[in-house]
Amino acid sequence: MVSVDDGVAVVDFWGVKKVVRLDVVDVPVAPGDYVLNHVGFAIRRIPAEEIGDTLALYDELLRSSDGDLLAGDVRAELDAAEDHDR
Amino acid sequence: MNDLDALRFRDPVRAHALAEALAHHVRRAGRAPDEPVAVMHVCGSHEQAIARFGLRASFPAGLEVIMGPGCPVCVTDVPEVDEAVALARQGVRIATYGDMLRVPGTAQSLADARAAGAKVDVVYSVTQAVELARRLDEELVFFASGFETTAVATAAVVLAGPPVNFSILSAHKYIPPVMEIVAEMPGTRIEGFLAAGHAATITGWGVFEPFVARHGVPVVVAGFEPLDVLAGLVRLVELIASREVRVDNAYPRCVDKDGNREAQAVLWQVFAPIGGRWRGIAHVPNGNLRLRDEHARWDARRRFTIDLATLWDHAPSALVQHCQCGDIMAGIASPHDCTLFGKACTPDAPVGACMVSTEGTCRIWHQYGGQPDLRTIRGGARS
Amino acid sequence: MRDLRFLRPVDERITLKYGAGGRAMRALIEQIFADGFGEPEGGGVGLAAMDDGAVLRIGDRWLVITTDSHVVRPRFFPGGDIGRLAVAGTVNDLAMMGATEPLALTCAAIIEEGFARDELARIWASIRQTCLEAGTTVVTGDTKVMGRGELDGLVLNTTGVAITDRFVRDNGLRPGDRLLVTGTVGDHGLAVMATRNELALEVELVSDVAPINGLVRAALAAGGDGVVVMKDPTRGGLASALAEIAGKSGVGLVIDERAVPVKDAVRAAGELLGIDPLLVANEGKAVIGVRAEVADAVLEAVRRHPLGRDAALCGVCIAERAGAVVLETGFGRRLLGEAEGELQPRIC
Ligand code: SF4
Repeated sequence: MVSVDDGVAVVDFWGVKKVVRLDVVDVPVAPGDYVLNHVGFAIRRIPAEEIGDTLALYDELLRSSDGDLLAGDVRAELDAAEDHDR
Repeated sequence: MNDLDALRFRDPVRAHALAEALAHHVRRAGRAPDEPVAVMHVCGSHEQAIARFGLRASFPAGLEVIMGPGCPVCVTDVPEVDEAVALARQGVRIATYGDMLRVPGTAQSLADARAAGAKVDVVYSVTQAVELARRLDEELVFFASGFETTAVATAAVVLAGPPVNFSILSAHKYIPPVMEIVAEMPGTRIEGFLAAGHAATITGWGVFEPFVARHGVPVVVAGFEPLDVLAGLVRLVELIASREVRVDNAYPRCVDKDGNREAQAVLWQVFAPIGGRWRGIAHVPNGNLRLRDEHARWDARRRFTIDLATLWDHAPSALVQHCQCGDIMAGIASPHDCTLFGKACTPDAPVGACMVSTEGTCRIWHQYGGQPDLRTIRGGARS
Repeated sequence: MRDLRFLRPVDERITLKYGAGGRAMRALIEQIFADGFGEPEGGGVGLAAMDDGAVLRIGDRWLVITTDSHVVRPRFFPGGDIGRLAVAGTVNDLAMMGATEPLALTCAAIIEEGFARDELARIWASIRQTCLEAGTTVVTGDTKVMGRGELDGLVLNTTGVAITDRFVRDNGLRPGDRLLVTGTVGDHGLAVMATRNELALEVELVSDVAPINGLVRAALAAGGDGVVVMKDPTRGGLASALAEIAGKSGVGLVIDERAVPVKDAVRAAGELLGIDPLLVANEGKAVIGVRAEVADAVLEAVRRHPLGRDAALCGVCIAERAGAVVLETGFGRRLLGEAEGELQPRIC
């Protein structure tokens, strides 16, 4: 989100700017927040840390399928890719 | 969403790992080859993501992902289209989403009415419809379609006070009740549901708890990026394999138990759920959203006398009776079961609503060549 | 080779889809326009081939001819205008046949009554400028004015001629060949769409419209006979171009979606509008099919050209699934379908 002004916000989506209305978002939003947009209305503020939480949950799903050798291989690859990211 | 984060929900390495996990849980379910684990999603955006990213090629053979009644345009019933067409033919200007234009009514679609001289505008949002009304000095009816998520936007516009020449013809639908219908269909093989993340953002995942208790099938809420869909399926098959019956939230960055209370308040302040038919499915108790009495002045059904008899001079198309949209949306048939698919019925000459909407099963199959088995292609682009 | 997918009969009335560059248009050409014209004498290319242009034998050389009509709305868009489009379109069609030295163009204009003189002058300035870039010129033309409301502003038709020693078809692929795209795809289509103000998007997308005969010359010089297929992915986008060369060559194509260059802003706008950049028009790009041995040399040559910096190898031909284009998305695989009729942005 780039700017907030009187019930509408300008959001930036990979360089595309779009106006969304804030009528129904349930918590105060500010520039820098992420929002979920549906037909031009923000319907939820997404705290940045929850993005990490979702990924952690997905990795948890992988862990729970331990015992599957192939998945283990891929997980090692994943960890390597993660390290590379950092 | 920022590029990096969006990319992380499109991370092929994680996707590959999730697909392996999915295969693992399907094996764990221990089914005979002719008895795949059958799950249903109820959201056109899920089917879009599955088709667009080619996820079916990464699903294990023992899993069948069926598309349910998740396309709001497709389930808009004939009488609702007829009301809009009749109004348009009475000379009232109609604004609607592009997808609704070609949905067939008894005799005509809004596109047919427009070709015959009626005033029909395509808009991309309800906000744009309101702006259009402000610029006009004639009546403008917004023919509104969509599930609860989209209905929230329509409701917000009503509460914000639209211009007096603006009114709404609501074909909005409410998803949770139709899941009951599908779960109770005789002969259904559905063992679990993937619920739409957008809708659950509004309603909260708690809304599915009574359903799960009543029908004994698990529900998992999932988002729309490839990783979201895969993770949702992993979770769902995991629950099925271990015979756990409950609601699980695989989209925690956007969905919590209670949902967006402000949006719910807006939605239910403006709309009331009433029973009504969904095209091809059945009468769905509480499945339609209609304007409450307090907001009657914005309700096109109460502002105008809609004369449906004007439509009766037109004979319905003989092809329509062959359309299997209903069975397809109920998950008991596929487009290949329809003799018209790809022949008499194509996106530019649709017979049924499923071929009209970009979220319709027939349209998606037509675009992406059905569900061809692409699991074994030799000589990939990277080799 | 006759592609079975062309066989659907043309409807009783010609609707907009017949101009959209996909299957419907090919059906119209095959069933009505090309019917009974046969092949030119001496081994050239005629209408029935539905290639980018025609090829006629002149002694031991080949004359290539192509023609194109242009309407675009708006007439001026970020990165170009209808005049630039008309010249580049024809020059590029010649280049796709291997004829990269256009001798000259013709340019006919059909103008709506009331059209502003100054706008016409601006468009012709752009036509001259684009001719200069392509190394060609306009030598003759024709003018018609029609009554107000009888057409939408301006229609331009350009015809181009060129002579070449070797021409390139659009059906010469065999298993093992590689596919190269000369730059980012989707730029023109999404730039034009984003100008529609009812979409309320603010984004700086620029059309790629440009003559690319120089770039194609460089590719041909580097690849020689190893360059076996060329196609410009205009209407219908990369998807239609690939479907066409796969169908005509009788091979399957496997495309690595992540290797296809797409600008971030184009991808984002496409995502918001529900429009796949692979399905929309490009006006300054080519898909080039090459034998594997010359793939790297051609890629390098194209990348050295200023209009080819983002070029990439993105696909390979296989013997299986003849006529199909399989897209590897990184998450799985799907068939890359062609656009059906006009692309409609979705609710966003
Ligand atoms: S192909 Fe057309 S007629 Fe057949 S079920 Fe689908 S929409 Fe209906």
